[in-house]
Amino acid sequence: MRALRRSLAEIFRYPTAVVGLVMIALLVALSIYTMITIPYDEAITIWRGSEDTTYRNPRNAPPAWTNVFSEVKKPASMAISTADEDDERLQVTLGTSKEGNPDNTYLFTFDYNYDLFPQELAVYFTSTYQAKNPFVSMMWYRPDGSEVRISDFGIAQKYTYRFSQDDKLQRRMKGMDITKGLFADPESDPENPTVLKGTYVLELKTLAFEPDTEVVSELVMHGLVHGWAGTDNMRRDISLALLWGTPIALMFGLVAAVGTSVLTMVIAAVGVWYGGIIDALIQRITEINLILPFLSILIMIGTFYSKSIWTILGATIALSIFTGGIKTFRAIFMQVKESTYIEAAQTYGAKDLRIIFLYLIPRVIPMLIPGLVLSVPAFVFLEASLAVLGLGDPTLPTWGKLINDAGRAALYNGYYYWILEPAILLMITGIAFAMLGFSLDKIFNPRLRGE
Amino acid sequence: MSVDSQALQQPVEVKKESRRESAFSRIAKYSGGRIVSLFITVVIGVYLTILIANMGGYVDQIRKGQIRDNLYARLGNDQTYKQLPESEKKTYADALIELEEKRLGLDQPFILRSLRFLWDALSMNLGRAQFMSSDTGSRQVRLIITERLGTTLLLMGTANLFLFFSSILIALGLSRSYGSFLDRFFIALSPTSAMPAWFYGIFLILIFAAVLKILPFGGMIDSPPPKTTIGYALNVLKHLILPASSLFISSFFSSVYNWRTFFLIFSSEDYVEMAKAKGLTDQMVQRRYILRPTLPTIITSFSLLLIGMWTGAIITETVFTWPGLGQVTYQAIGFNDTAVIVGTTIIFAYLLALTVFLLDFFYALVDPRVKLGGSQQRS
Repeated sequence: MRALRRSLAEIFRYPTAVVGLVMIALLVALSIYTMITIPYDEAITIWRGSEDTTYRNPRNAPPAWTNVFSEVKKPASMAISTADEDDERLQVTLGTSKEGNPDNTYLFTFDYNYDLFPQELAVYFTSTYQAKNPFVSMMWYRPDGSEVRISDFGIAQKYTYRFSQDDKLQRRMKGMDITKGLFADPESDPENPTVLKGTYVLELKTLAFEPDTEVVSELVMHGLVHGWAGTDNMRRDISLALLWGTPIALMFGLVAAVGTSVLTMVIAAVGVWYGGIIDALIQRITEINLILPFLSILIMIGTFYSKSIWTILGATIALSIFTGGIKTFRAIFMQVKESTYIEAAQTYGAKDLRIIFLYLIPRVIPMLIPGLVLSVPAFVFLEASLAVLGLGDPTLPTWGKLINDAGRAALYNGYYYWILEPAILLMITGIAFAMLGFSLDKIFNPRLRGE
Repeated sequence: MSVDSQALQQPVEVKKESRRESAFSRIAKYSGGRIVSLFITVVIGVYLTILIANMGGYVDQIRKGQIRDNLYARLGNDQTYKQLPESEKKTYADALIELEEKRLGLDQPFILRSLRFLWDALSMNLGRAQFMSSDTGSRQVRLIITERLGTTLLLMGTANLFLFFSSILIALGLSRSYGSFLDRFFIALSPTSAMPAWFYGIFLILIFAAVLKILPFGGMIDSPPPKTTIGYALNVLKHLILPASSLFISSFFSSVYNWRTFFLIFSSEDYVEMAKAKGLTDQMVQRRYILRPTLPTIITSFSLLLIGMWTGAIITETVFTWPGLGQVTYQAIGFNDTAVIVGTTIIFAYLLALTVFLLDFFYALVDPRVKLGGSQQRS
């Protein structure tokens, strides 16, 4: 055991090992942070991507920091709700109509200093009424003092007004795209308009016909960039899957690596110790397993039975035990078995299991560790690979599923961030374990140092 | 890889009398033995596959679906069936189906049925696809799969041959200049092989297809394909570059690293020192005293690499929409076409066995212990 500790202390003499360790530590810290800040159930609900959780997000928007590297500043998303009365961008004038019903005016004021037009503009209404629905009217004031009458209409209890889908407004825009028309500089070329920068105001009047009616309205502007990770085609914030992908990837990789290595070692030890039929059986199983197409069988299991990450994890471990590794361990145990201390243990009457678990296996553990660490990336990527084939756990947000969702369409359309972000995280994970593993290999198997 | 080099080696037991036999007959005997043992392995492997697939009753579903399809196709021309009233049509058909199921033994116990299916699978009678069809329009699973074998072989062959020869040559060079900058450079890059080929594929597509627009996103041939043979070949080559490179890159550095370490260990053997002391040239030492004795290990290690790549190509092919076996598997998942999924699994098992056998055969050719019938103790 002391030798093991000394070997581990030696890690710090290898810069690659230290870098790998630091990267792994950061990934673990990120996983813990994620699991604490975004509880599992919440993450799953958000990732299902219903309208309620994603309506404020734009579609296919790259991350906000891309603006730093670009001459052309893309607009960020924005939302102003009348429910939040402390919002400085909101100015409320409460009034009463002649009949004594609420007649309020809201001014949504915001600066627009970007170079490109927003993706979409919409107002989400929720109202309470018994029989007669409230009525709203909207005016649009531009920085140059001009104004545009938007529309006036009655609203249902839940109603969404999308500027771009208003045919009457479209006619007033003289053929220009509505979202562009609202923000365009009137002096610029209508074919290729530029943005009129400055402060815009949306005036919203709500007129109720019942005294108890309440109207909550929210102006939502979908920009062209969003958050630190961007959004996908279902308006979901990619950051959630990036964050939650970390603990899932680490869990899968580590559990599979530890499970496979430990079971392989134990089975090899049992085979060597008892010998005879058991050993022969293990050898034959290994040969058959070598012929079985690993990925195809996983695909079959994923398609026929369950795509649950636990099923796949179990199958992965089961199929990975009887591989080349078992032969390597066997060769090592064969040598260890002949050692004099084993003979001594037998003479004083140690039981078989005691010899296997207390005398044979501990001797080989140092040789197990590098291989274990080195196999983690393979398992992490296996999980991602299955997700890329569409066999990812249907409920979980993982890195592989991001790549699968993005697919070739993202490459065709230039949404590179969507693929690159999970890919880079996968790469960091893979390289971190590989760097640590290679160094451990040098420490524990000095023969491989090539000196 | 060198650590696993024992994995594929079978104990070679050669009796004393056989010492007088010719090398040819020894190799034939050895290969024959391997064929038998590999065949048994494949049989068990395929049987396991069938057990896995059948646990959900899927194989039965394939067969029952087949019976139903065939029967209704036949009833379409059956005058007595056409004249039956609507209500009796179903009972009539059901009775026929039941009879047919009985005839095919679907009412038999599972053990018998699974053996029957094993026979079908081994004789490549893989049944009919439920949704997919081959390029020639056939529903036969065997045709769907075999028409894709060539394209997979083209991709795998190109990538693997390049990988094998380049990594061994470079590793030999590096083992001579141990500790040089180039040596350390390759060592530093070896962790890059932790990433699978499809992963590099995504980056290559992004750079060369999406951004630079000089190579195609995927596929195997332009549409419409070029008319001349040379044009066709060049066009395929153009489509081959990215997928083959991604397969190559994903294994290259660790392969070089492993070979380098392996050669280093061997070049410190006493007999190599001896050869050097005799004043033989570097090239001669390398060919006779390093490459020759390590050749069996090189080949076994290569076979392990091949085995990994056969199945690993599923995803690489999918990413590049390369119309090979892997893509068939992917499409079958999409359609949930069980017959095709089971079929590809069986084909992969055969391919793996074939790979193992071919490499065993080459192994026998180069391993003096087989060729000379030497019975020295194996380490």
